[in-house]
This record gives sequence, C-alpha cells and structure tokens, in this order.
Amino acid sequence: MSTDTPARRLPTGVREEEVPRAVDENEHTLSVLVENKPGVLSRVAGLFTRRSFNIDSLAVGETENPDYSRMTIVVTGDDPTVEQVMKQLNTLIPVIKVSNLTDDESVDRELAMVKVAASPEDRNEIMQIAETFRADIVDMGRDTVVIEASGDTEKVEALFDMLRQYGIKETVRTGRISLVRGEKSTED
Amino acid sequence: MSKSTSDADAEEGRRERKGAEALVEGLKQEGVDTMFGITGGAIMPVYDVLYDDEDVDHVMMGHEQGATHAAEGYNTVTGRPGVCMATSGPGATNLVTGLADADMDSRALIAIAGQVPTDMIGNDAFQETDTRGVTMPITKHNYLIKDEDDVPDTVQEAFYITSTGRPSPVVLDVPKDVSKNTTDAVRGELDVEGYSPNYEGHPRQIEKAAEKIEEAEKPLIFAGGGAVISEASPEVRELAMENDIPVTTSLMGLGVFPEDHELSLEMLGMHGTGYANRAVTECDLLVGIGVRFDDRATGKIESFAPKAEVIHVDIDPSEISKNIHANVPIVGDAKNVVGDINEAMRDRDSPDTESWLDTIDDWKQKYPNEYEQDGDDLKPQYVIEQLDELTPDDTIVCTGVGQHQMWAAQWYTYTEPRTWVTSGGLGTMGCGLPMTIGAKLGAPDQEVVCIDGDGSFLMTVQELTTAVREELDFTLVIINNYYMGMVRQWQELFHDERYAESDLPHLPRFDEIAEAFGARGWRLEDEEDVEDVLEEALEYDGPSVIDAIIDPYENVFPMVPAGSGNDEFIMGKGSQGSRIS
Repeated sequence: MSTDTPARRLPTGVREEEVPRAVDENEHTLSVLVENKPGVLSRVAGLFTRRSFNIDSLAVGETENPDYSRMTIVVTGDDPTVEQVMKQLNTLIPVIKVSNLTDDESVDRELAMVKVAASPEDRNEIMQIAETFRADIVDMGRDTVVIEASGDTEKVEALFDMLRQYGIKETVRTGRISLVRGEKSTED
Repeated sequence: MSKSTSDADAEEGRRERKGAEALVEGLKQEGVDTMFGITGGAIMPVYDVLYDDEDVDHVMMGHEQGATHAAEGYNTVTGRPGVCMATSGPGATNLVTGLADADMDSRALIAIAGQVPTDMIGNDAFQETDTRGVTMPITKHNYLIKDEDDVPDTVQEAFYITSTGRPSPVVLDVPKDVSKNTTDAVRGELDVEGYSPNYEGHPRQIEKAAEKIEEAEKPLIFAGGGAVISEASPEVRELAMENDIPVTTSLMGLGVFPEDHELSLEMLGMHGTGYANRAVTECDLLVGIGVRFDDRATGKIESFAPKAEVIHVDIDPSEISKNIHANVPIVGDAKNVVGDINEAMRDRDSPDTESWLDTIDDWKQKYPNEYEQDGDDLKPQYVIEQLDELTPDDTIVCTGVGQHQMWAAQWYTYTEPRTWVTSGGLGTMGCGLPMTIGAKLGAPDQEVVCIDGDGSFLMTVQELTTAVREELDFTLVIINNYYMGMVRQWQELFHDERYAESDLPHLPRFDEIAEAFGARGWRLEDEEDVEDVLEEALEYDGPSVIDAIIDPYENVFPMVPAGSGNDEFIMGKGSQGSRIS
C-alpha cells in the first residue's frame, strides 16, 4: 500500500493533524444530581469501576428536596476522559443532571480530622498551628490530639503538611462537596 | 372493603388482584403475546397466572440462557421487546449471558426474575441471589419491586426504558410475596425524570453534515446495528443511491443496504472484504450511522480511516467520540437524522464520486472474497452459497459465533434489514439455536435458517426439545469441522500451530442427536449432495438439522490480524493466507 500519506490517529481516536484537545490530566469536580433511591450509589460507583475511571473522592447526601441526592465526585483525567465519564453517568436512569464545576466559580469544602502525636512539649505548638488554620481541637489525650479542619483541599493538605513533623497517626476526610456561588444553581 | 367501594373502583379499572396478575396484565398492556422462560420456586405465582391465560403464549425453554437468546431473536426480527422469565437464584444467574449479549448488541428485552420473599432478602435464603446487583452493569436499568402496589408502574416504565433511545435490557426482580399479595394499583402517568432520549438531530449539525458530504471526494457510509433498530434502511439507501456514495456495514448492520447493489462494499473489519477495508482506509469522509466503532470493525485505531473526517450519527451521546473522534457529531435517531440529511442534500450538489468509485471497482477486482474446491473436503463457503441460492431474499439467517458466523456474514447475500440475527458484541457461542427459535416465533411466515458451528451448537443443544415441541419449521446447518474453528485458526496463525483444547474429536453425530430429540437430521459430506440435502431439509415442515462435515483446515479470509490496521489484511484461500501490505 502507498506510504506517501502518513495520516494516522492517536489512540484516543483523534487524527493527528487535527489539534488534539488538552491531554493534560486535570482534577474535575462533578456535581451529580440523582434520584434519592436505593441502589443509586452502587450504580454510580459500579459505573466508575466498570469503565476504569478513577474516583478521587465521592461525597453524597440528600438535597433541599428529599427526592434527590447530590453527589460531589472528584475525578482526575484529561478532558475527553472526563467528558466520557459525564456521558456515561448520564446513561444511568436515576441520574438527573451532571455538571462539571471545574471551570465554574464554585465553593469547595471538605471536612477532615487528623490524629497527631502530641507530646506535652509539642502540644502548644500544635495548638497554634491548628488555630492558624482555624481548625478545632476536638479531642485531647495524653500523647495525641485530634484536630478537625474544614476548607478546600489545599488548606487541608497544607495543615497536614505542617502536622507531619509531629507524626500523623490517623486521618479521615469526607471528600469534597461543592456548590456554585451566587444566584446560579449548581445544575444550571 | 365494602361492595359498593369495590364496584366504584372497578369502574375506574381498579380491582383487587395478585401482584402476579398485575404483572401479566402489564405485559398485555404492552402488547406482549409471546414470552420465553423456565419456571421454578420463586416465580411459580406468575406461572400460575399464565396457566389460565389465553393471550400470552409462553414458550418453555430448555435453559434460561436459551430464553434470553430466544427473546433476542424475537426482538431482532419484530422490533418489539423480547420477554423472558426465570426463577430466582440459578434461574436469574442463567439469564446473565443473554442479558450481557442483548446489552452489547442494543436489543430491547425485558427479563422477569423471581426473587425470595422480601423478608428473606439478604439472609442467603434458598435460591437467593442479588439479581439487581448482578445485572446492574449489563442492563440499561433494573428494578427490585418491593411493593405489589408498584407493579403496574414499574412494568410500564421498564418497557418504556428498554424500547426507547438506545435499546438495552431491563430486569424486573419480583419477590414471591409481591407476586402473591393483592393490590388494586393501576398504572399511572409515565414519569422517568432522568431519562429523555433525543430523537431529532440538531439542524446546524445536519447542515454541517450535508456540507461535508457535498464537498467530499471519497465519501463512505458505514452503517451499523443502530440503523437496523431505528428502521433507517430506506433513508440510508436514499443517501447512498441519490449521491453515489458507497456503503459498508458492520456485522450488526448486515441487510441495511442491499449487498447485491453496486454501491455495496459489504462488511468491513477483521473479516470484512478487502475492498471495504481499503475504502475505509482511503476515504476522506466517513459517515457512521448507528455504529459504535468496535475494535473488530476498526482494527488498530491509529490507522482507522486516518484521512477521513467523521460524521457520527448515534442516539446514544456516550458513543460519540468514545473510540473515534467525531468531527460532526449528531445525536439523534438514525432514521430522522439521515432523513434530514437527505432533505438537506436536495438543495445541494451530490459529491463527485466517479473516480472514487472507479478506484473501488479496481479494489473489487483485486481483492475478491475467494475459496476453492481443492480436494475431497466440503467447503463451508459452498454450503452457504447454495443455501443462499435456495432460499428467498427475506430469509432470516441466525448464527452462533465463530468461523461459521464469519462465513455466513461473507457468503450469504443480505438485502433486507432484520434478516440477520447474531451475537456481535459479546460473541456468545451457543446463541444460534435459541435465537432461531425466537426468530421463527417472531416471523412465522418467513423462511428461517441457522448457520451454526459444531462447538456453538453443542452449547445450547437442549433447545432442540423446545423447537420440536413448538413444531417450528426452520433449517439449521452445522458447519462442522470438529474444532473450535476460530480458535484453531488463531492458533495456526499466531500460536505456532499449538492447538490447545480446540480440537473436538469426540463430538456426537449431530444428525442422530437431532433425530433423538424428534427433529429430522442429515449428515452431509459430499459436495454433490449439498443441493439435495438442503432442499430436503428446507422442504421438511419442522426443525431440520444438517451436520455438514467440512474441511477442518479451512480458514476465514480476508483477515485483519488483531492489533493491525484494516489495510493490513491477509487474503487467502483454504488454509493459505498472505499479507497484502
């Protein structure tokens, strides 16, 4: 066969000569409005497994309308992958709306608790760090403290970084929850 | 309840009846007249209702998997949802293969499974399995009906979901107490908030597509199963014939475009024609209609239609740019969208495809599908060609999965949609006989044949009992090479002829098996007997089984080796093949 035409596609199915969209992996925050019915979380989680998409975090709870739940799902992937995630989510019957909040002006929060080794000598320093991050001490033992912090992911990470030197024993995080700022609704 | 109240309710169509009766009533409201299944403990109350019912013909199968494939065959030839039923536990798990098959090939199918009583769910009761959990990833949706009052609405919703948009199975898991308890509930207004398939293509995209078609020099239509499902065959034919655009189809698209037409390139892909694979590699515009760019169709993605801009018409948005990037995506029903494109083309010039069609003609001369009668052994291609000769154009052809399936796709001439029933996406060996049963019951006035393989046939041979009991008139030809032939072919070509577990030297005499079931059986070994035996079998009014003993070393060519580009196909005859590029 003639070889004068080097035309080919990328493994993503895009022709090389057509400028591919960003293939950088980015974090995306998806807000997924679903029917508040048994099995829906299983359907959503199963879809991610089945299609080999990774979930960074998933938080779910009832909305202002008890018929619905809102899931905030953080996924990392290039734009075409995340687009495919959104389309696949939409194939689920109980999924009502999927919004990608990454480019929106949204408020993001997560709640974290961290248990830190705290010898009597370090305790004051640790409490000062917590105060700087507007975090609360919610439990204090002889050699440990438990700190509760809420904020965006970067803030929680920064707090953890500061505490690492004392010895982090356990952490727990709720995963991100997000809402769009202002008048606009998250589903618009 | 006082008599006067129940009279008033009766006037509104409300009456107390068991959940099982409400279920069967719902099936009838959806127009179901045929269903396939096997009874058992948890589903008995539903069978008890069917016992007295005169409107629904229940076909008792040999195995629940057979029920699903029969329902698939029924759906494919009629376009109406196929319905199958099984009991809980093993009955439900036996439905799984057929559900996955129907899901991959987008077939409308309702599967009803019995379940242990609601108060025993989760206790690992006898014949309990989490049917909803098990079937979740292989269905469009599924329901565990926990309250008998929900039966009418759920049945209505299930049929709506399975048959609209992109069809795919819906499972109803029905606990035994829900079947037995009484309810006076009736179906209300249909309300599925999170589901609204889009049938109309966006006008701007339609215009863009028409513009691309007008400007194309080497356009190619690639039509698939979606075009069959949406009844878009007339529109596809108009688009091709009015604008002189050649057409290739996927395996699932056979029959959408008549293969005896000069614009037809037949099937593309791994065992597609050399000319279809050359055309798709060289085209500058590919119009995908109801296709999902499966790897067996595309070969290596990097060299699939590398010079082409792609128009992709599909009702399922998640198919757009999943495997192949679409330059002009059009989400909508293929019949509407292609109809709209035809409309738009009336104000435009047809593309000038004369030299493109000349090139394609050269490829047709250069890469014809070939076989030769080079010894004493019977050639499968010859048997299928003769079957094609002896049967009418609207004959429904069913197949199993393997070499025989590919020969059936290559050597029978398909001219009408809904005349080809096979397992494409999942590749389910054993689907042939039960699909044939469903197809015959769905299209009793059409000739129905099955081209099966020896390995495939053995997997669901028990369904002969169904065919005999139902007195179904069809002809099944086993292309018997005493091998799992496709595996043998790959072992020969890619595993240094190490035939691990692919030879089947101790197969039974299938003609005698057929007779033992009460069907008619023939053994066919000589070329000169082919016509007579086929005629006799087609003539016989009942299930006919021909065991055709073929050259065991015959391979399916052309062939694009897995992982190669579509233009790197191997041409060949018999067991000899050679790369063309």
